[in-house]
Amino acid sequence: MAIDKKTVEYVAHLARIELKSQELEKLSQQLQDILNFVDKLKEINIKDIAPTSHILPINNVLREDIPKDSLAPKDALINAPAQEGSFFVVPKVIE
Amino acid sequence: MEYEVVIGLEVHLHLNTKTKAFCGCKAEFGKEPNTQVCPVCLGFPGSLPVFNKTVLDYAIKAALALNCKVQEYTKFDRKNYFYPDLPKNYQISQYDLPLSKEGFLDIDLDGKNKRIGITRVHMEEDAGKLIHREKVSLVDFNRTGIPLLEIVSDPHLNSPQEAYEYLSTLKSTIQYLDVSDCDMEKGSLRCDANISLRKAGEKELGRKTELKNMNSFKAVKGALSFEIQRQEGLLDEGKNIVQETRLWDPGAQETAPMRAKEGAQDYRYFPEPDLPPLIISKEKIEEIRKTIPELPKQKFLRFIKDYGLSAYDAKILVASKKGADFAEECMREYRGSDKKMIVNWLIGPVSSEANAKNCAISDLKVAAKDLIELVGFIEKDEISNLSAKVVLTEMINSGLPALKIMKENNLIQISDAKALNAIIEEVIKENEKSVNDFKSGKEAALMFLVGQAMKKSAGKANPKTVKKMIKGRLANA
Amino acid sequence: MELYKLTAHELIKKLKNKETSAQEILSSLTIRIKEIDSKVNGYVRRSKENMDSPLVRSENDSHSGTVPISVKDNICTEGLNTECCSKILGGFNPPYDATVIKKLKEAGMPIFGLKTNMDEFAFGSSTENSSFGPTHNPWNLECVPGGSSGGSAAVVSADEAIWALGSDTGGSIRQPAAFCGVVGLKPTYGRVSRYGLIAFASSLDQIGPITKDVEDCALLMNIISGYDPNDSTSSDTDVPDYAKALVNDVKGIKIGIPKEYFVQGLDPEVKSIIEEAINKLKTLGASSKEVSLPHTQYAVPVYYIIATAEASSNLARFDGVQYGFRSGGLTLIEMYKKTRQEGFGEEAKRRIILGAFSLSHGYYDAYYLRALKVRTLIKQDFDAVFKDFDCIITPTSPTAAFKIGEKVADPLKMYLSDIYTISVNLAGLPAVSIPCGFTKKGLPVGLQILAKPFNEEMLFRVAHTYEENSEWHKMKPKV
Repeated sequence: MAIDKKTVEYVAHLARIELKSQELEKLSQQLQDILNFVDKLKEINIKDIAPTSHILPINNVLREDIPKDSLAPKDALINAPAQEGSFFVVPKVIE
Repeated sequence: MEYEVVIGLEVHLHLNTKTKAFCGCKAEFGKEPNTQVCPVCLGFPGSLPVFNKTVLDYAIKAALALNCKVQEYTKFDRKNYFYPDLPKNYQISQYDLPLSKEGFLDIDLDGKNKRIGITRVHMEEDAGKLIHREKVSLVDFNRTGIPLLEIVSDPHLNSPQEAYEYLSTLKSTIQYLDVSDCDMEKGSLRCDANISLRKAGEKELGRKTELKNMNSFKAVKGALSFEIQRQEGLLDEGKNIVQETRLWDPGAQETAPMRAKEGAQDYRYFPEPDLPPLIISKEKIEEIRKTIPELPKQKFLRFIKDYGLSAYDAKILVASKKGADFAEECMREYRGSDKKMIVNWLIGPVSSEANAKNCAISDLKVAAKDLIELVGFIEKDEISNLSAKVVLTEMINSGLPALKIMKENNLIQISDAKALNAIIEEVIKENEKSVNDFKSGKEAALMFLVGQAMKKSAGKANPKTVKKMIKGRLANA
Repeated sequence: MELYKLTAHELIKKLKNKETSAQEILSSLTIRIKEIDSKVNGYVRRSKENMDSPLVRSENDSHSGTVPISVKDNICTEGLNTECCSKILGGFNPPYDATVIKKLKEAGMPIFGLKTNMDEFAFGSSTENSSFGPTHNPWNLECVPGGSSGGSAAVVSADEAIWALGSDTGGSIRQPAAFCGVVGLKPTYGRVSRYGLIAFASSLDQIGPITKDVEDCALLMNIISGYDPNDSTSSDTDVPDYAKALVNDVKGIKIGIPKEYFVQGLDPEVKSIIEEAINKLKTLGASSKEVSLPHTQYAVPVYYIIATAEASSNLARFDGVQYGFRSGGLTLIEMYKKTRQEGFGEEAKRRIILGAFSLSHGYYDAYYLRALKVRTLIKQDFDAVFKDFDCIITPTSPTAAFKIGEKVADPLKMYLSDIYTISVNLAGLPAVSIPCGFTKKGLPVGLQILAKPFNEEMLFRVAHTYEENSEWHKMKPKV
């Protein structure tokens, strides 16, 4: 499959990564190489094959509805790049 | 031009579990910011989710009550998008294999039943809360990870009123299950709407808008009504509807497009690798089904049948489960000859008191047996209707039984013939002139005699009985 | 006495006999690190951390009569920075311990106060993609130590650590263990809790030991294995005493040799070393037969779709809101984009974008879903072989350690260096790499042993028997 720069830009936007034009150029080429390689998977007949998203045959892992201690506010915000009182702060969100 | 309105609603409910969906933090409302958080719900690197058993039980219960098919195999997926109230920048939700689908909810439209399809009911986690300041936004993650139930209706609603009825019925149904507070003010019930118009008779759906930011059922109704007018106007002018998300502005009473550009949404859903799938056995489903109480719709029909209620009265009484249980106890245990009497009191004075206090009738401090007793006194003419209302208020305030309040406030009427007889004889003896006046046809004289008897009884005599007795006595004389 | 040269089990014995003390071990290590780590760069040097007197974190001083363990920079240690060697997690100080760290502390093992170097977010096979510079292979400083747990493997190999923890998503423990001539084990998926391991690809990641010999590996597995209620993907399968599996006997063991691993691309020198090792096991009583794992050639593409897709989502949380690096930006979207542009290295950006692509609208079925289905076929290949065989033996890597800078410009070439280790992660199997010889240039070669899920005992039995009958693990690099 061919992947063009527009697609790479679109995906980079989805992933919230700014790409400099040089980076975009290089990355588009590298992704194209990787996808050409990955296209090998198209050789395989996958009809009626179930996908594996969990390798262990386990299910219904549940916990009881019993409260545990939360973090102390100072620990919750210990790594915050910006805070006000006990809030995290971000540039203004426009809705 | 005539248009058909097509509405579908997407409701999000907080399940009222003790802890969040994927961690042990308490799921309480109104705490100090960022005090109900841990590495898991903050999405700190390395943390992992573990699913709360009660969320599953509650979700299955709600799905069954909404007549949905609960799936044998279900799983969580990640919905990926960046937003500062979403700590992991993905939401744990359900995508292609939701917990349940293909249900319905019956709503009552002026005595007529309408069945509204439910597309799906699935489980997910809530996001945090943003507070907007002039230049920055503040983030509180207390709400992050609180379990949500998403209930998506089919586009079967054809008017704002139908949407309102659907929401009311949904809310009371869920409240009957005791799995959510359904309190819109606290944000434990939220509703978004999709609305489109099409020419009457046309098959294809028109282009829709999505409405958000409606904070009450009334707002939902208001936003939908506004949007109908707006879309009608555009269509009449031959203009196109722009498919977009619009926010309801309760101040201006209008909808306006969201300022933030969404762009094409591409959530890149994929199976949540941190959570193994869920397999729900038939036994489990049946076990939960047994815990579902009689639901408002069934109770409504039964109340009409068993207690001879009108549809109007029945609808009011079944609105909350606790209230309905209380009303039923009153109606069942009431031994008076006229059941209508207790019903009128439940719908009338008792409901007014409850409305004033913004609670269910069962939350007033009055036991069913005490209310039954009070209404019994009225039926037996031992208290006047007016006094009884005063007594009810006092019962609610003090928690005391009716009789005690009636005695303390001298509100018991003397209706006993023996006790009244002596008084009446005295009055007749002492007021010969009036007696004669009455006999000669002066009706007003009777009222004077009744007045005299009331005076002698210090106001406690039942005036109706006194009047009847004097009339009888003089007719025989 | 150069205590740093000893294995953990030797030190534990000495401590028991009161021949040494925890303090002496620590001083010995500190001196060794000071002496050579400037050449190896196996440990992360953060400004706040002092290479002269590395702190040791222990739950309980009375338990500190045991040997300190060095931990990869992607495993959370309370109060000790954990940055995945990425600028974007710069300064991240986790307010919690990973479950494995809790278990180690409960067992009295002090946590060494310096974290080991790694490829940023475990993205790499050479430990060149680190914000703290590359780690050098102690056997040849011009070569890579492998990756992504290159720091852990290098410090164990160079005697700068007694033992260490790494993580393995596609070979990140085994390949560096092979390149550095030490023992590295990737447990069965679900055997060791992932709680506190900063996720790369959740359905593939496992924490595991990197040690000087097989016995230490078993001891460490005894401590870190087991069900964790905080990790929904951890297994409640019983954990046997792995020390009991250390028997010097492979009689009757049936070894499968997958023909797809002995094809073009395998360095002939490595090939003959592996064949020699298999012959050795045969002379010790095992039998071997060629088997087929027909979907082997698809493992690398499947892996790079699944692992990057999961990574793109796992790494979305690094956005400058709650922790780590935040770049300026007037608007929210600018802040996000600049933070991630400046905070992630090149390989991280490449993988995130590739992963987001294969999940995005219109490509999901062709890439992600297809990869999940081929993953099923790869797993089935192993199931079939394990019906008739006790273990599978392969080279750990097609070559010995390559030169620093040799593959860094060509991501695809780099990805292919994991060709022998990746299938194991896709199938969730346990596998160990042990030293089995040296190339003419003096670089170590690793032998990879694979077993059925939750049969780590088989790995220990075969690896221990080989080790008892060889001297490779006793060789030390001259740094």
